[in-house]
Amino acid sequence: MSDIIRRDPRTEWIARNRLHPLYESVINANAGEVRGPTGLLRKNPHKVGFIGPNGIKRIDRLKGNGQGAGAVGRGKSSANEPVLALHQIEAPDFYIMVAPDLVGGRLTSHDKDVLGLAHKLCRTYEADERDQGRSSQGAVVAVCFGEMKEESLDLAGVDRLIHLQNDVFEGFAPEARLEAVAQIEQMYQPKHWLFPDSIHGGADLGSRLSARLGERPAVQAWQVDTQNTVCRGASSSIDITRATPRILLLLEECGDAIDETRHEAKALDVDAVEVSAVNIVDHGLMDVDPNAIPLAEAEFILSAGNGIHNWEQFHDAAKALGATEGASRVAVDDGFMPRFRQVGATGTWVTARVYVAVGISGAIQHMQGIGQCDKVVAINTDSGCDMVKRAALSVIGDSEEILEELVKIVNAHKGQVSPEGETLEKGSEHAA
Amino acid sequence: MQPNVISLVSIGRHPQSGRARRSEQDGRALELGLKLSGSHLQVAHAGAYDSTFSGSAEETVLRQYAGMGLKQMTVLKQSSDADVIPSLSHYLESQSAQVVLLGVRAESGESSGMVPYLLAESLGWPIVSRVADIVSIENGEAEVLLALPRGQRRSVTVTLPFIATVDNAAPEPRQTAYGPGQRAQFNAVDTPEVLDELRINWVEAPAKPRPKRLKVIKAKTAAERFKAATAKAQGGSGKVMKNESAQEKAQAIFDLLIEEKVIR
Repeated sequence: MSDIIRRDPRTEWIARNRLHPLYESVINANAGEVRGPTGLLRKNPHKVGFIGPNGIKRIDRLKGNGQGAGAVGRGKSSANEPVLALHQIEAPDFYIMVAPDLVGGRLTSHDKDVLGLAHKLCRTYEADERDQGRSSQGAVVAVCFGEMKEESLDLAGVDRLIHLQNDVFEGFAPEARLEAVAQIEQMYQPKHWLFPDSIHGGADLGSRLSARLGERPAVQAWQVDTQNTVCRGASSSIDITRATPRILLLLEECGDAIDETRHEAKALDVDAVEVSAVNIVDHGLMDVDPNAIPLAEAEFILSAGNGIHNWEQFHDAAKALGATEGASRVAVDDGFMPRFRQVGATGTWVTARVYVAVGISGAIQHMQGIGQCDKVVAINTDSGCDMVKRAALSVIGDSEEILEELVKIVNAHKGQVSPEGETLEKGSEHAA
Repeated sequence: MQPNVISLVSIGRHPQSGRARRSEQDGRALELGLKLSGSHLQVAHAGAYDSTFSGSAEETVLRQYAGMGLKQMTVLKQSSDADVIPSLSHYLESQSAQVVLLGVRAESGESSGMVPYLLAESLGWPIVSRVADIVSIENGEAEVLLALPRGQRRSVTVTLPFIATVDNAAPEPRQTAYGPGQRAQFNAVDTPEVLDELRINWVEAPAKPRPKRLKVIKAKTAAERFKAATAKAQGGSGKVMKNESAQEKAQAIFDLLIEEKVIR
């Protein structure tokens, strides 16, 4: 074949005439990638898009994503959501144990980082084995105590799950938990124990286990691989580089949380744990004055906005619920609440687990302030406001009526609990 | 009967200047000890005590502790690269301590916070961490308030003898008085010394600022990126109650609060 480019006047003529019966076939004949004389990839701008129902040419620049994001709505977008690849392990050769904090029964972001790091270590060990011509698979095991509300353990990277749900592990039970992890250590001989270095109990349990096993942990570790660990020391003023030990207490953001795979979260067996004599007895949480807790770290906030007219009742409700009081900017500007109670961009950025917004429609500055809250409850008369869109539970109606009913229910509940004392409280805990 | 309380103190480090100072949490532990047993409180420090001691930064700090109202203080002679656990546990056993108070974490050295746990393990005593207050000590049991996150308190009883680490939520330490601090006596005690061999191989460097985690948007198309950049409130999957009676609405809120365990 010669390199001379030959023209075909007939096909050119057909290609110019859109009404020609052979037009379609000629145009589509050299579909696919077209290279110009210099070898550059050429796109035919005339072939982009399609003819819409009313004869107008349409170009879809959304690559098929327009439907889900646009008018069709949520139902379809969730159906379109790709199913993540399942990471399966038949028979693990080694284990990496992670003991998440499970604050309020859910994984914290700290827990997820630690799980992500566990997987990173797992992959490195597997790659090392592969280099030496062996194949081995590791499993990341979450050792959980007490009540569990987390539903997406599989998405957080839990291959195997040890869930110890027994009365002895409920509440504050460091000794019982230590016995349990020591027994798990004996049964499975894991390659590593990872704990979040947090005030929610992770640091405590990790330290207890290392003292029991007589192994020196890396504490406040933030950069970990299979060889070396970098941890903070001397009140975070120095970095200590050392060989990676078996027990690690990890700082936040030590690894990247799992987000591209699903995991099995299969239950792993543990023999019944024997708890010998207990020296520490838990008597439950104390009642603290909720308004003495700084707003930024309060767990439960009842917040008032422009929709409140009966302030007496609001304060009574906060007292009955045992909630810390908050306010929107309007309520503060109008003089109903002190400035240090203001939630939002100019006030305090709160981290409450439960935030009840009464009569707050949700200015963007206020929504920024509650960005870290888990559960938001909105009580409002306007069903279209931003707060209702954000809230997990929205109640549309007059706040005064609803607060009144709520206080009644809470008082009835308290009356039920307190006279019989601890026994009933404990009973209800077990039921939950 | 007055319980035999021992507070252990360490050399702190000022977060800005890096100078030696009275440690925050150890100061609180000492304050709690003074509350429990007043002038009978014993205070010990494990560290260097040699010819260079007088006039050193360490002495200044120890005298700051002593200035809180101590007549005397025990110094367990240890070199700077020693493991203090054997020495401390030997001392605590010999003094038949009932309550041992420490800070949660030292402000210098490895600051792993393991000392109280290792002491508890070697002595076989229970340990309670992050104590906000010790309410009472009676009949061989102590009632202790633990500091939890978010300003919560947990009440716990623990059998004597025990070790407690003191949280920042405990009452602030009193001001130190210079004169009494200078007049305080140091009792140097010779104790077994064990070299900390693991630590020799470690490399220490000034702390690097940790890289900030970037907000990685893994969107594949422009539309997804746009959504990620402009998305206002996630979810929108919340339950909305409109036409129910006020009582039903209140009940729904109450159920949620109970489920989240904010109402007990």
